[in-house]
Amino acid sequence: MDFPILSTLIFLPLVSSFFIFLSRGQKNNNSAIYISLFSSLATFILSLFVWYSMDYTSADFQFLEEQSWINDFIKFKLGIDGISILFIVLTTLITPICIISCINSVKDRIKEFLIAILILETFMIGVFCSLDLVVFYLFFEAGLIPMFLIIGVWGGPRRVYSAFKFFLFTLLGSVLMLVAIIAIYWITGTTDVTEIYKIKIPKEYQNLLWLAFFSSFAVKTPMWPVHTWLPDAHVEAPTAGSVILAAILLKMAGYGFLRFSLPMFPLASDYFTPLIFTLSIIAIIYTSLVALMQDDMKKLIAYSSVAHMGYVTLGIFTFTKQGIEGSIFQMISHGLISAALFLCVGVVYDRLYSRMISTYGGLVNYLPKYSFLFIVFALAGLGLPGTTGFLGEFLVLTGTFQKNYLVAMLATFGVVLGAAYMLWLTKRVIFGVTKNDQIKNLKDVNKSEMIMLVILALLVILFGFYPVPLMETLNVSVDNLINNYETDIKTISLN
Amino acid sequence: MINNLNILLPEIFLTLSIFSILMVGVFVKNSFNLIFNLSSLIILSTIVLILNSSNNVEKIFLESFTRDAFSNFFKILILVASLFVLNSSKNFILDKKLAKFEYPIIILLSILGMFFMVSSNDIILFYLGLELQSLSLYILASIDRDNLKSSESGIKYFVLSALSSGLLLYGCSLLYGFTGSTNFDLIAGELGKDNTGAVFAMVFILVGLAFKVSAVPFHMWTPDVYEGAPTSITSYFAVVPKVAGLAVLIKFMLIPFSKILMEWQTIIIFISIASMILGAVAAIGQKNIKRLLAYSSIGHIGYALAGVATGVISGYESSIVYISIYVVMNLGAFSCLYLLKKDGEYKENISDLSGISKKHPVLALSFLVILFSLAGIPPLGGFFAKFYVFTAVVEQKMYALAIIGLLTTVISAFYYLKIIKTIYFDDSVISFDNSKNKFAQFSIFISCSILLTFFLYPSILSNVVDTLFLN
Repeated sequence: MDFPILSTLIFLPLVSSFFIFLSRGQKNNNSAIYISLFSSLATFILSLFVWYSMDYTSADFQFLEEQSWINDFIKFKLGIDGISILFIVLTTLITPICIISCINSVKDRIKEFLIAILILETFMIGVFCSLDLVVFYLFFEAGLIPMFLIIGVWGGPRRVYSAFKFFLFTLLGSVLMLVAIIAIYWITGTTDVTEIYKIKIPKEYQNLLWLAFFSSFAVKTPMWPVHTWLPDAHVEAPTAGSVILAAILLKMAGYGFLRFSLPMFPLASDYFTPLIFTLSIIAIIYTSLVALMQDDMKKLIAYSSVAHMGYVTLGIFTFTKQGIEGSIFQMISHGLISAALFLCVGVVYDRLYSRMISTYGGLVNYLPKYSFLFIVFALAGLGLPGTTGFLGEFLVLTGTFQKNYLVAMLATFGVVLGAAYMLWLTKRVIFGVTKNDQIKNLKDVNKSEMIMLVILALLVILFGFYPVPLMETLNVSVDNLINNYETDIKTISLN
Repeated sequence: MINNLNILLPEIFLTLSIFSILMVGVFVKNSFNLIFNLSSLIILSTIVLILNSSNNVEKIFLESFTRDAFSNFFKILILVASLFVLNSSKNFILDKKLAKFEYPIIILLSILGMFFMVSSNDIILFYLGLELQSLSLYILASIDRDNLKSSESGIKYFVLSALSSGLLLYGCSLLYGFTGSTNFDLIAGELGKDNTGAVFAMVFILVGLAFKVSAVPFHMWTPDVYEGAPTSITSYFAVVPKVAGLAVLIKFMLIPFSKILMEWQTIIIFISIASMILGAVAAIGQKNIKRLLAYSSIGHIGYALAGVATGVISGYESSIVYISIYVVMNLGAFSCLYLLKKDGEYKENISDLSGISKKHPVLALSFLVILFSLAGIPPLGGFFAKFYVFTAVVEQKMYALAIIGLLTTVISAFYYLKIIKTIYFDDSVISFDNSKNKFAQFSIFISCSILLTFFLYPSILSNVVDTLFLN
């Protein structure tokens, strides 16, 4: 491939954000909105084109790009396989939706907001494209800057606390990963991921390096007990910020486990499986219980995100095909569903400026379209068959049953809890008695809100019934991942 | 001998020009502007002279003066930094009524002192250069003589610095006593044998140098002097003498103390860790930006020393890369301070920055870039500086140093974020005057562009630095 299509994909939003910056000084913000919408849609179409022109039957990295970068020893290497393309398309899909949503909800400094979103998109796509540890770290960390500003500038009353917590937690986790990356360079002589796959990292280093990577990914996932930044960040962030945070930023960690931890440190991954299982189970059950008790809708969805990400980590560390495919599917599905739920909360928040469950009730009588969409997403969130939420959880649990009955049973119990908090939320917000008179005067969803929610609803149902396009893309790459993992375990443990 | 004088050409040119403009200053009335512009011209021509001189190693005057790629690089860095410091602070100097013609001349004299420091290959020449530099700095610190704080900072700096110079001189004499020579190369040869006494000498010399680069535990003067001195002088203090000090530290490790590196290394590791921790923790409570930058500079010197502590060439290279990017960041940060002018008064408190993102979006954005870069967040230049240093540190398997260093970056990120919070999240309180200081804006622009685009081609700097140690 001669044309650097991945670089184009990464830097297109950055370049357009520069144009928005230059368009400063005009009175209306329409030009900024159109530029950002146009460029994010162009990025989306480009990513669809990449998806379409990919070869699913090969597990190799495709669209490779390589350029010498830091001195001679670190290359700026990009490439994608069946796993990363799905996350890229998810990113490019969610970004235009966020931009549409902020037309309604962001009143203040919208231009700067759009610039931050587009820069963030660049970094997010970069994370999923990079095939070099340093390049990955660069994009992974750089995303903190725009997200910090999004929470801090456009967030709610406790935004400063939340933004600091988000930034410092993530940074603290990541610096250990940086030490590990540098250490890997001195152990193997390269930071090129594909090279490291071949070289194999010696047994004695694996555990420590794995822990260093884990410290970063665990914070980002987030896993219990370092999940506490997430509810704060979600609650205080503006709608678009919460959507990006839930839909994409959390997935970086899951992706990181698949791309780095598993293939680079197979022995350590095997060794630490009980740890991951324990933390995931605690996350699923404990945070589901916490979610039950929330009065704040965003907080409830945030805790449900922690529980759902628990399934993801559980699935990845089963090392079975169903488990890993299930967790990737769960990530995509959670990306769509949680994004949609946060948008739903955003819709009513823009009208009444309250996220409290008690403010609402009986919405179904006054906002029928909204209520219908909300119920669709709530049901998808609890894993109703026919939605993507079901398939993800089902596959993860199938994978887990092959490894450990007890863990699988506990995780299944989490599904019940998930149903409990979601249904209860729906009951209190959508049904019930209308106590608040303001609700009677509310307008139903407008055109732009309709567009974003319907697109997400259609995707959730479409892939719930017909997951083949996603699974086909994944299939060979996941097979390859598992094969490599098994051969690694055999060869290294023999030595 | 006379034929070789072209080795000294930049120094000779600088000396003669300083004396000439001093005479101009004495005989022409109200000559500040003239002298100021002439000084900039002199700095520029010295840069050209150095760029044109060869990079081969040549020694002169009984091998007490070296000219090589290493010293040329540092001289250019010192000159460029001084040029930016001087020009961006011109409006400030005029506003504060510091416009005495001696001002630029004393700066040039301190540059001359630093030239001899980085080029010296002999303890005596090194000490002379150091003293010339320090004397100029004492005067500069107290140049705003009617201001109590400025005079206080001058005295404080003078007393403490004289003490440290005394210790350094004591170390030098010990070194001469134990090795019988003042020449670096000869000392290096002697130290191979029995070195118990030389270790004492080394400790004293190190104390003196640590004082000059304001590393912990010899940092006590830094916050007071930074706060008390006029901002234009503070920015000079924060940038230029540190470059020279680091160059000398590396030089001492390269030549005279290369055989007792182990003992030297242990101390530097301690100093480096202590500076990183203190720089990170002590800055948290600061309310004055200059004081905060003082603590932040202590922290940054800690990172630069972490590279030096490795005791290998790749480590020194990483330190040089670090200090170069540090110079770029600090020049930008201080240039921002020149724009915080309200009704003819320069604001120095963090709370004065409250909400400036609404009325001064470009200034706020520049602050954002520079502060995130100081915190070492990718993809800005400051990240690569840290990356180079820690790559070198981990190469030597000094994992503890690397982990402590990176953890302190998280702590220090906190106070940089606090400033960003004040700028972006808080409500707008004051709006500053429209600045006429074009050069400060220019240097902010240069600094931010370098920091923002550094990731495109990060090897550009390290490729240059690699050539310094070829011989």
